[in-house]
Amino acid sequence: MLRTHRSLFALVAAVATLGVSQAQAAWTLNMTRGVTSMSGEIYSLHMSMFWACVAIAVFVFGWMIWSLVSFRKSNGAVADTTLVHSTKAEIIWTIIPVLILVVLAVPAARTLIALDDSRGSELTVKVTGYQWKWGYDYIDSGVSYFSTLSRDSNEARQLQSSVDVHTVHQYLRDVDHPLVVPTGTKVRLLLTAQDVIHAWWVPELAIKKDAIPGFVNELWFQIDADKPGLYRGQCVELCGRDHSAMPIVVEAKSPADFKAWLKEQQDAQQQTRLLAAARTG
Amino acid sequence: MAHSAQTDHAVHDDHHGAPQSFMQRWVLTTNHKDIGTLYLVFAGLMFFMGGAMAMVIRAELFQPGLQFVDPQFFNSMTTMHALVMIFGGMMPAWVGLANWMIPLQIGAADMALPRMNNFSFWIMPFAFLLLLSTFFTGGGAPAGGWTLYPPLALQAGDSFPMAMFAVHMMGASSIMGSINVIVTIMNMRAPGMTLLRMPLFCWTWLITAYLLILVMPVLAGAVTMLITDHFFGTSFFNAAGGGDPVMYQHIFWFFGHPEVYILILPAFGVVSEILPTFSRKPLFGYESMVYATASIGFLSFIVWAHHMFTVGMPLAGELFFMLTTMLIAVPTGVKVFNWSATMWKGSITFEPPMLFAISFLFLFTMGGFSGLMLAIAPADFQYHDTYFVVAHFHYVLVPGSLFAIIGGVYYWLPKWSGHMYNMTLAKWHFWLSAVFVNVLFFPQHFLGLAGMPRRIPDYAVQFADWNMVSSIGAFGFGLSQLIFPYLIWSCVRGGQKATAHVWEGSHGLEWEVDSPAPYHTWAEAPSLALIERGAAH
Repeated sequence: MLRTHRSLFALVAAVATLGVSQAQAAWTLNMTRGVTSMSGEIYSLHMSMFWACVAIAVFVFGWMIWSLVSFRKSNGAVADTTLVHSTKAEIIWTIIPVLILVVLAVPAARTLIALDDSRGSELTVKVTGYQWKWGYDYIDSGVSYFSTLSRDSNEARQLQSSVDVHTVHQYLRDVDHPLVVPTGTKVRLLLTAQDVIHAWWVPELAIKKDAIPGFVNELWFQIDADKPGLYRGQCVELCGRDHSAMPIVVEAKSPADFKAWLKEQQDAQQQTRLLAAARTG
Repeated sequence: MAHSAQTDHAVHDDHHGAPQSFMQRWVLTTNHKDIGTLYLVFAGLMFFMGGAMAMVIRAELFQPGLQFVDPQFFNSMTTMHALVMIFGGMMPAWVGLANWMIPLQIGAADMALPRMNNFSFWIMPFAFLLLLSTFFTGGGAPAGGWTLYPPLALQAGDSFPMAMFAVHMMGASSIMGSINVIVTIMNMRAPGMTLLRMPLFCWTWLITAYLLILVMPVLAGAVTMLITDHFFGTSFFNAAGGGDPVMYQHIFWFFGHPEVYILILPAFGVVSEILPTFSRKPLFGYESMVYATASIGFLSFIVWAHHMFTVGMPLAGELFFMLTTMLIAVPTGVKVFNWSATMWKGSITFEPPMLFAISFLFLFTMGGFSGLMLAIAPADFQYHDTYFVVAHFHYVLVPGSLFAIIGGVYYWLPKWSGHMYNMTLAKWHFWLSAVFVNVLFFPQHFLGLAGMPRRIPDYAVQFADWNMVSSIGAFGFGLSQLIFPYLIWSCVRGGQKATAHVWEGSHGLEWEVDSPAPYHTWAEAPSLALIERGAAH
């Protein structure tokens, strides 16, 4: 059932892009399925909503088109002016939408409740939005750093820049220090901001929440154990001039690699602190 | 047949017809038709002003990389495009149509409060002079988004107090305009014009006017708190002082959600006038249309936080706002089904107003579908603040509200000017608009789903292709709109004389007066027979 839907969607998509250059892979049409169990659930919700809308559209638009074709005056159609009211029809087209909505609301509510449950997380990272960069604090291990737009992108994005942005690696989607997290582990983020409201979003993780000065918001994700990799997103709440230049990159490593990386960071930051202390001391 | 019941009055009234002096006629006027015209001309100017800003936006987004404008100016463009289109284009256009048509449709001689009517119009040009002059202030025009979220909105320069004062002025104007509509409809209906005999345009405007009166003061309150936070050291929205930036969003959207229905309900009214006329068949389910409009009006007050699913609300709040938002689909569905049933077994012709109304049906429904998807809170975590949202609200506002305004103008223009317009050119206007509006906005769904945030001047290269398509659509749509003022201008100047009824299937009191409508109409209330004939819904 689901597979036919998928191939049908691909067909619709293919028809929509027909005649357009097939060489480029960027004509993306749909939401990503993502790399967490929740993102998969959200993707299915999205698709079931989409197909519900398609079904309703076929019915409603079909009805309208039928009227527009059959009841044209130029075809000799004569108006039936007595057809002005039908309690039965009106009850039917009130009740049926209500039933459709109930059917759609149940899985949506279930997913919403699951998304809200951040209990049992094994790693907490505090995320702070600044104009225009992100700060990451691994609360339990004391590792903290900023994550800013990569230098290549920053040079290319200037108004007078002569750089062709197509030549830049991951233009506007690359940072100097990504957020590193382990796969297969429930990770909790605590979001806040320093100056104005920002929002943290990585489509593959299907989570988005505002980072608000003076408030702490919470969200969680668990990347599938077999899906290490780089996942990219960016700030999605207008935060001033360089709103488009504060990307988010999440690097998912296996738990062992993550542990090694964290140790390395701890040692490095420890060393920096000691050096600083020695200098001032 | 097309002979006017008002001929006698019209001849008589011509003795004190329109004042000759420009000042008397257009500045000091208290005549609902002249004020309606002023509103419509003003709205037209603002549509082109906002449209020019949209062209700047789409030109910058034509390709990745920054080509033309500084990001700060780009942010001013998106902010001002929204403020100008919503408060300067849509709302005055609806008030203009209300001014022109409500007295004609209910058999009233004028609006109930004609001097206030003049005042509420003349506030608008000054409000917009103030708002648009912010482009010349240090730091440029407001650039924090039309929603004016603090703390970002408070980072604005000298534009801040000017923009805030302009919003206050528009609010005052809107409140006065809506009081006028309510008082007119409640007190000035001709004897025998009961509420349930009123044309649906009057009904939708009556409900709109109540929404306006209820929410404009809320916006004024939010804006006032922004002003005191900025200038007087209060901390309504400043967390460091014990305030709450999220509270601003709650207050704003308590205004903002009814506001978007303020923009669409009169459109429902216009479409409910046009479809029966060109289907030559009364509106299907008149009473359920009234009740559906009222339900939508009520629901608009309890769904606001669906604009802010990502601010970190408690679970109960998210569930509540998700479920109430989904409920809106029910009365909206009733309307769409009633409109479809109106065309069913009709005798349909495709004059320009009908073409715009039909495309409204299809494309507004498309916007409804994406709206239903956005209502699903977990999925909204993926859609929120992306181009999917931009596509959604432009589908309901452009081929929704704007097409209804254009359709309404094409519907009533012969009544206003006394001339028919160039039908072929109007059909060209329609087809170009209908094609380009989809080229413009449909790809934005894909962009949003692929992960492109809204309000960005520059984007990752994976979004380049659909952005280019969308920009091409935008330029085509923008250019096609130039037909519209030309057509109106030439129709006002001359053309084939219009009859009183104008359209074969027209019904209602506005078609019982001459074309052009005399300067004073319904000085004597229409007869019961006329009312009953027009109200055979």
